[in-house]
Order: sequence, then C-alpha cells, then structure tokens
Amino acid sequence: MTIWVLIGILIKILVIVGITQGTVAYLILVERKIAAWAQDRIGPNRCGRTLGVPFALIQPLADGAKMLLKEDVIPKYVTKPLYLLAPWIAIVTAMIGFAVVPFGPTGPEQIIDFQLAPNVDIGILYVLAVGSLAVYGVILAGWASNNKYSFIGGLRSSAQLISYEIPLGLSILGMVLIAGSLDLSKIINWQTQKFYGIPCWGVLAQPLGFILFFTSAFAETNRLPFDLPESEQELVGGFHTEYSAMKFGMFFLGEYLHVITVSFITVILFFGGWDFPYLTYPEQTAWYWTILKVAVITIKVMIAIIFIMWIRWTLPRFRYDQLMDLAWKSMIPLALINLVATAAIVQLVRTYWS
Amino acid sequence: MRLDDPKLKKIEPPRLSLADRFFLPQVAAGLLVTGKHILDVLIKDTAITVQYPEVQHVPSPVYRGVHRLNKDEEGRPKCVACMLCATACPAHCIDIVGATAPESWPDREKYPESFVIDELRCIYCGMCEEACPVEAIELTGLYDLTGLSREEMIFDKTKLLSVFDVTRDAEPMKFTTPPPAGTGPTQALESPVS
Repeated sequence: MTIWVLIGILIKILVIVGITQGTVAYLILVERKIAAWAQDRIGPNRCGRTLGVPFALIQPLADGAKMLLKEDVIPKYVTKPLYLLAPWIAIVTAMIGFAVVPFGPTGPEQIIDFQLAPNVDIGILYVLAVGSLAVYGVILAGWASNNKYSFIGGLRSSAQLISYEIPLGLSILGMVLIAGSLDLSKIINWQTQKFYGIPCWGVLAQPLGFILFFTSAFAETNRLPFDLPESEQELVGGFHTEYSAMKFGMFFLGEYLHVITVSFITVILFFGGWDFPYLTYPEQTAWYWTILKVAVITIKVMIAIIFIMWIRWTLPRFRYDQLMDLAWKSMIPLALINLVATAAIVQLVRTYWS
Repeated sequence: MRLDDPKLKKIEPPRLSLADRFFLPQVAAGLLVTGKHILDVLIKDTAITVQYPEVQHVPSPVYRGVHRLNKDEEGRPKCVACMLCATACPAHCIDIVGATAPESWPDREKYPESFVIDELRCIYCGMCEEACPVEAIELTGLYDLTGLSREEMIFDKTKLLSVFDVTRDAEPMKFTTPPPAGTGPTQALESPVS
C-alpha cells in the first residue's frame, strides 16, 4: 500500500517538475512577447517559421539549447565551491516550494490528490521558509563571484529580501486567522463558502492583506520594480554577472519558478484557488469536476503571471532608500494594523456569532 | 551669490499626497498606459516593427549612407581630383591619388587615379558632399553596409562607382536632375547661391 503511495508521489513529482520547467521555458517567450507589445513592437516571431511552426513556438527550445551549448566560463578568481553551489540553491529552493502547493482539489476522497506532500498542516509556513532560503543562492553567488558588482547585488538582495519577508508573512497571517488553518487546501475550502451570496475570496475578505502580499511577493521574486539585486543599468548583471551558460540559465529558471509559485500562492490565498463561484464545491469528487477545478486554478494562475509581467513592463525600478522606506515605514505598519484588526474581528465574530 | 540674494529662488520638493505616497493610483495609471499599448498592438496592429529582410526600411531622403562616385553622361567619374573632400573630411578617411587627365578629356586637368574611402573610419557627416565643387561624391541612402573583414570595408574607385550604378535610378542626383514633382517635403531646393 505505502509503496504504491510512494510511486504515485514520485510520478507526481516527475510530472510537476516537467510541467513547471516546460512552463518556465514558455513563460520566457510570453514575457518577451508582452515586453514587445508594451513597447509597440512585435517580439519574437521568426523561430520555427521554416518548419511551419507559428508564433515562434520553438523559440524556448532554441533558447534552452543556447544556454546548454554556450561555453561555461568559470573565472579564476571565484570561490569555486560556493560559486558552483549558488545556482543549485537558487533552482532547488524555487522547486521544492512546490511540494505543498495544491494545484487542484485535494483530499483523500479525490481520484488524484493534487498536492505532492498532502496534508502538510504548516503548508504556507513551509512555502515562506523555502522561499526565504532562495536568498542564499543570490547572496552566495554575489559573494563567491569576488566582484564588486556581484557583491553589491548580493548585498542589496539580502537587505531587500529580509525586509520584505516581514510584510509578506504578516499579510498572510490575516488570511490564516480567518480560515483558521495554515494548510493551503483548507484555506481554499474556506473561500468556497458564501457570505450573503458573495464568494468569500481572500481578496474581498482581506483587500489590504492582498495588496501587501502581492507587493512583497514582487520583491521576493526579484523582479521589477524590485529587481535591485540584478539591476542591469547600475550593476551590470548584479549577482549573476560572472555566471554564464546553464549556470546563468539556472538563476533565470529559479526566478521564473518563483513567479509561478508566487502566482499559485496568490491565487490560492486570495482568489479562491480552484473555486469558481456557484459552480464548484469541495464535495464534488467526480473526475470531470476535478478537471474543471484544475483548469480554473491554471487559468487563474496564468492571469496572475501575465499581470506580474504587465507590472514589470510598467514600473521603473525603485531607488534603494525608497525600497526600504516602503517596506519599513509603510508596509510593515500597515501589515501589523491589518493583522491586529483581523485578529480582533475574528475573535469578536467567534465569540458572539457562533 | 549670497544665500539671501533676492534673485535666489528656493525650490521645495513637491509635497506628495497620501495617494502619491502609496503609489497605487500611479501604478494603476501606469498599468492603463501599458495595457493600452499592449491591446493596441494586439487588436489594431500598431506595432512599429519593420520585418527587415522582407520589408525594407526606406530612409529619409537626407539620410547619409554609403558613398558613391557619380559618373557623367559619358560614364567617366565626375571627380577632378581637387582633394577638397579629402581636406574637408574630419575623419581623414578619403585617400585620393590624382593624375593628369587623358588627352581625350579636355574639360579637366586631373582625374583620380585611385579614390579610396575607408567606410569604417567615415563618420557619415556629409562634409565631402558639401565640399565637392563638381558634385562628384554623394552619400546614398544605402544603410545595410556589412562586410566580413576590415579590408572589405575599404571601398576603392571601382566599388564606389558601382554604388552609383546601383543607386542611379533610385536616387537621382539631388542638384543636377530635379526630383519628380510631388515627392513632398524631401524635394531638393534650388541653391540660392547660383
């Protein structure tokens, strides 16, 4: 019995890793396309035309082949063990965050449990913990490169990520308090109920929490407007200046995996996960409902990813002091107020209404 | 200037409203701008991209690209080897070796035995064109100037004359032949000096 569960989990891991890696490749294409459109250009549209493939759909393969086949330069002056370790930390931490993310309905009564590590009671805590491990990849890369630009990049990254961990965690706590659980699938189930006919999505229950979470999530993914660690214009490439070929590709992959994870968490915490109001309920276990739910969560995640890219091509980079001001002077106090208010209201409701 | 000078104007940084300090209205406004551009490209096809090898960019008529050595009606180079262009050239990229003109060319004393332009040194300022008294050297609209070696990019007389053959119909000489009517704001004007 247990051996079959183990095999099932292994298959799920393989499928998920395959799907996410493939998605990352195509996300790069999507990002380039959106960048082009936002700048009144067309974007990549040539690759694969001679083979009859439209919309440059082979471009990600070409990009991947380029990454793999390029010369892998290791400068002489780097601290080699750390230099080699850093990209692996970046990609591994980005990938293991997926373990507790429910990418579809979960529970023992479903035909497939759409979660790699089911019933992790501290799901969201795990995601946060692993997410903050990713900063080691950046810092070690910046340190081991033995290069001023990389070092400044790593330094900025550490300060930024530590600052933004706080509002990130605090903004989630409101949702956790309301749903009464750290388990991501329980948080989804809570959001499927209706409050006077309105779906209780997190974004309606915790609007401030959502804004704070989404903003800090940008900082966590190291993307514009918070991409200070790599800021090309000031720091050449920041922490990955000295990396080439697939090592650089791994940082890149890690960044996009982070985007996927963040989008999943956003959708699960604040947009009801697989919930489609008045259509899906946690009790439905038939296979067609399962497919529908997976489709709904996938579409929601896609929209979130496209929104993140849209933001990237809209906002300029924050200055370092503005970044710190925003985190320590605005977001952390707001998150604290949000948390205290939510806790008080939840306590009042639990005491007097039920 | 002293600090209490009456002409001194003190500028305060603009006070940000609460909304400004929270960035969100500005972020929304920015998103609308980029969103409009994205949708315009998707729906109305407003992209400014030129699909290069298939669609050629047509530069403005005053564009200064590859040089050409003009020929006269008899197919001789118009150049009289007066060295004015080489003197005017700020990049020193023109090298002319003049020689006495053949007996059969009674209209001039000299002609260029060799006329070499280093297209890599040239800064495409058009001073040679301005300096030339016989309109022998001109900058064409050819912009796709490429080569596999530095030697290849040093254009000699034959090559410069062949550029003229290529561009003869596309770009009639701006002063000797008036451009066809109705070519808009790019028409050559008559020189006020002559």
